[in-house]
Amino acid sequence: MDSFPLLSVITFLPLAGAVLVALLARGGDCKTGVKISLGIGFVASLATLGLSAYMLHLFDPANTAFQFVERAVWIPAFNIAYIKGIDGISVWFVMLTALLTPVGLLSIIGGVRTRAKEFVIALLVLETMLLGVFTSLDLILFYVFFEGVLIPMFIIVGAWGQTKTGYAAYKSVLYTLLGSLLMLVAIFVTALNAGTTDMTALIGNPNLPPHMALWLFLAFFVSFAIKTPIWPFHTWLPYVYEETPAAFVVMSGVMLKMGSYGFIRIGVQMLPHASTDFAPLVIWLSLIGIVYASLAALAQTEMKRVIAYSSVAHMGYITLGIFSFTDQGFDGAMFVALSHSLVAAALFLGVSVPFERLGITKTARYGGMANNMPRYAALFMVFTLASVGLPGTSGFIGEFLTTQGAYLANSWYGVIAATGMVLGAAYMLVLYRGLFFGPSDKPDVAAMKDVNVREMAMFAPLLVLVLWLGIHPADFRHIYAPTLDKVISDYQAHIQGDTND
Amino acid sequence: MHLPYDILAVFPTLLGAAVAGLFGRVIGERASQLVTCAGVLLAAAASMMLFSRGQVSDHVLMDWLQSGELSANWSIKIDTLAALMLTIINGVSSMIHIYSIGYMKDDDRPDSGMSRFMAYLSLFTFFMSMLVVSDNLLQLFFGWEGVGLASYLLINFWYEKDSANNAAIKAFIVNRVGDFGFALGIFACYQVFGSITYADIFAKAPGLASDHFTFLGCTVPTLTTICLLLFFGAMGKSAQLGLHTWLADAMEGPTPVSALIHAATMVTAGVFMLARLSPLFEYAPAALAVVTVVGALTCFIAASIGLTQFDIKRVIAYSTMSQLGYMFIAAGVSAYSAAVFHLMTHAFFKALLFLAAGSVIHALSGEQDLRNMGGLWRRIPFTYALMWIGFLALAGVGLENVFGFAGFYSKDLILESALASGTGVGKFAYILGTAAVFMTAFYSWRLLIMAFHGTPRADADVMAHVHESPLVMLLPLVPLALGATFAGWYGYGWFGGADREAFWKGALFILPGHDSIAGVVDVPEYEKWLPLGMALPGIFFAYIFYMVRPEWPGKLARGLGGLYRLIYRKYYFDEVYGFLFARPAQAVGRFLWKTGDEIIIDGLGPDGFASLSRRVARRVGMAETGYLYHYAFAMILGVAGFVSWFWFKG
Repeated sequence: MDSFPLLSVITFLPLAGAVLVALLARGGDCKTGVKISLGIGFVASLATLGLSAYMLHLFDPANTAFQFVERAVWIPAFNIAYIKGIDGISVWFVMLTALLTPVGLLSIIGGVRTRAKEFVIALLVLETMLLGVFTSLDLILFYVFFEGVLIPMFIIVGAWGQTKTGYAAYKSVLYTLLGSLLMLVAIFVTALNAGTTDMTALIGNPNLPPHMALWLFLAFFVSFAIKTPIWPFHTWLPYVYEETPAAFVVMSGVMLKMGSYGFIRIGVQMLPHASTDFAPLVIWLSLIGIVYASLAALAQTEMKRVIAYSSVAHMGYITLGIFSFTDQGFDGAMFVALSHSLVAAALFLGVSVPFERLGITKTARYGGMANNMPRYAALFMVFTLASVGLPGTSGFIGEFLTTQGAYLANSWYGVIAATGMVLGAAYMLVLYRGLFFGPSDKPDVAAMKDVNVREMAMFAPLLVLVLWLGIHPADFRHIYAPTLDKVISDYQAHIQGDTND
Repeated sequence: MHLPYDILAVFPTLLGAAVAGLFGRVIGERASQLVTCAGVLLAAAASMMLFSRGQVSDHVLMDWLQSGELSANWSIKIDTLAALMLTIINGVSSMIHIYSIGYMKDDDRPDSGMSRFMAYLSLFTFFMSMLVVSDNLLQLFFGWEGVGLASYLLINFWYEKDSANNAAIKAFIVNRVGDFGFALGIFACYQVFGSITYADIFAKAPGLASDHFTFLGCTVPTLTTICLLLFFGAMGKSAQLGLHTWLADAMEGPTPVSALIHAATMVTAGVFMLARLSPLFEYAPAALAVVTVVGALTCFIAASIGLTQFDIKRVIAYSTMSQLGYMFIAAGVSAYSAAVFHLMTHAFFKALLFLAAGSVIHALSGEQDLRNMGGLWRRIPFTYALMWIGFLALAGVGLENVFGFAGFYSKDLILESALASGTGVGKFAYILGTAAVFMTAFYSWRLLIMAFHGTPRADADVMAHVHESPLVMLLPLVPLALGATFAGWYGYGWFGGADREAFWKGALFILPGHDSIAGVVDVPEYEKWLPLGMALPGIFFAYIFYMVRPEWPGKLARGLGGLYRLIYRKYYFDEVYGFLFARPAQAVGRFLWKTGDEIIIDGLGPDGFASLSRRVARRVGMAETGYLYHYAFAMILGVAGFVSWFWFKG
């Protein structure tokens, strides 16, 4: 499209907002400063959401090619271009990012007590980086945004972390940074071998030497495995969830999907043969992750960490689905990616409701909240059920489809993944019970007020989407399904083409 | 006027639940009661219209899930089976909605408990209706898990109580274990049939009767495996032996819940599943044999536990489990019609028994222990009479060719069908089932006598307050009592008579050689009298033991020693499961977290290299080295490891 650079505007609008905030609002804990920064933040993020929705409206699902493509010369010496574009897969990640940012901003109001202005800036920068990842079609550009995410993340974990701050920040950032370094190497190697970093050229034309492809896949794999995270690269996640304000964790729901997105875009689409060779490894790691993280979640004594381990388990379904290479597995993986972003965000905002009132993370310190906070209890129940995968919620569709796909690939995969049904119910219901049931025998807990209008406003869009996705998934699926079908058929064509040679 | 009866039979309950659940605080208790009762009564009326019209229809409301070849719709499929189930569900549910208005009145809570309770009841009724009207396995699963949710919420209604929390979580998780099998059954169905819609599955099943497929690396008979996986789900929902441990604990919920969910409707979902999937199960005779054996064992063992329990609701709960065993016996010998017959009669008399027990508990200000009851019959005569009717129906008292209470017809039909099936497992089930008739009669009259006769054992305070329940609680019992009295006599022609095929109109499928009900006419006359011949001594012994010689039960229990303890402790299922699963899961989880994550993974990964780097750094004197370099180094080592693994692998 030569006309309006919609994707670039969407991507950089939050960044512009961040610059404005930095220039206009007074820092520190000045009340007006915070108000101005939040105001600008909302305007920028809601404008981004509006433009994204407009883009979704213009998006043609039947067209499986990249749409809204923008091209500009960037570094001609190395044949590196500024290319943006979206297809049926990335369009949803853009939507998710655009939707969750205002929710995250809302949660700043109650959840970030100090330096709120700076937090708003960090969050807006994070949004731009995430949008950049999902809309970039040049590997170098992709990498820039992928790494760019680390900057706000490092600052947020470091500056607003609750306890062992340094540890969580360094652990998470180093973990992910190291993965990224390998990815950078892989990108250079790709560029040298293929002569381009244009993803549209690399996709569907994977003429890299097979041996090289294995190496490349490994390098990308480590990076995406850490980001996703896949077991055993997951140990940074509980620390980050535990320590950072909800506003960030809400965004991290999308952040983790950079890994899933990478697996599809770069793994399956650019390195199909290597993906096939490594599929058993990835699947087994995913299965171990599902069972392992669910059991670990069962043993957690702090509510935020239960949600963290639950995220690890759910991300296992995504990689399981992708690497089962079945229609349902793929479809399910995409669906879990959508659903989990919403549910994890909602659950984390959920546990932050009492945390922001009392500052307590120990589950055992709560109890009986169903008495004094019935609205909150009902909301949290819906999201708990979505996490548990109850039919009628978004969680069910994804879990069902990925497990069905895994079963078709190998019945063992299906059986092991299905144990998550039982374990997932166990840890979530135990958590729910700890928070909401039992006698109201703790005065501070019993005195808490129910969720207020601001909190309802955070939950409302998530609630609607979780049920809508669960009851009529076709409304969302029809956007990505043609693209996904194309990805699968291209993949199969490559693999079969190979065996025919 | 042409009304969409199928919609009216399913959705008013959802509407009622939504209004009462979301706006209960705003509109108040009275309005919540009104809207939920109106919803369920409307649904009941529409269900009866559907049943009496007897038309077959499949109404697709909307697409639900479509992925690759896999697709499932939101649908309302009406045939005799669905219409009958809808009538039972909405009919019993209406009575229980009304009863609850009285029963839950004294339950003052800080939150609007009444609205919440009514909303949950209606929500349950909606899910149960969706379960029975589905035309595919996925919507069946939706209803299936939905009723599980409603059951969880209602067991936990008094959520301050730890025991209620435990029971609710246990119910959900044990059911999820069953659903694990159910889900795998659905996966396997899609793999084998390429569809999860009933019609497609039933069309392809005959051609696959002798097929094998690979499951977990073994070559196994296709349909038998699928049916056993699905049956595993049924075992969980219907509390069959092995997955039954949640049902007795579920009695923590308010008594109307026990009557509706844990007696009349939800726990029969497994029986419904087998009847609905009869065109599939018929081609898997080995799976049917398993169903029969599991049903027979459940029937017998649950009845034996019922002999020893002292909590009035738990006795009835074990009775329910035992009666569900009868239904599975029937399904297992292809007498699906008898299974559904007993499902219907049982819904009447068991709901009646639970609600009457609720009246007793209500009268005694919450007392549930039979040892603290006694001498009530003059004080609450109406409840007493209703309880008699319920137990006469449960024990199956009646005279061949004259008249019998509901259970007389349905239970006899099951036992005779089991015998007439001519198989070894049928005989086995017949023997255990007949023995259970004796125990059923015994525990029934044991309960009746302990609760209503003898000297009052409750405190004088409590006894002074004993009162008959209000009309709003007694009136709903009347239709149930009428059903418990006449349903068997009236329904026998439909379910066991010669024109049953005209009644079912193809809703059930039975292979020509499997029709055990057809063989009932050849059962010798004395066998037909045997169930009654077992029931009457049961009543007689209960009378002797608890009325004439009340010291005998204690002596017998002491005399039996270990055997008595084994039965009284419910064969130690809970203890064994706790030892094998519940406690290890926590311990393993802790181990994975503390040792797996924090020592092994972090030790080899980030922390390990961090500290290693520090040590190395100190030793080599490169004090200013950051972590980064070492991490990169570690990663390269890791990559090298991976790659060499792949090289060696080939």
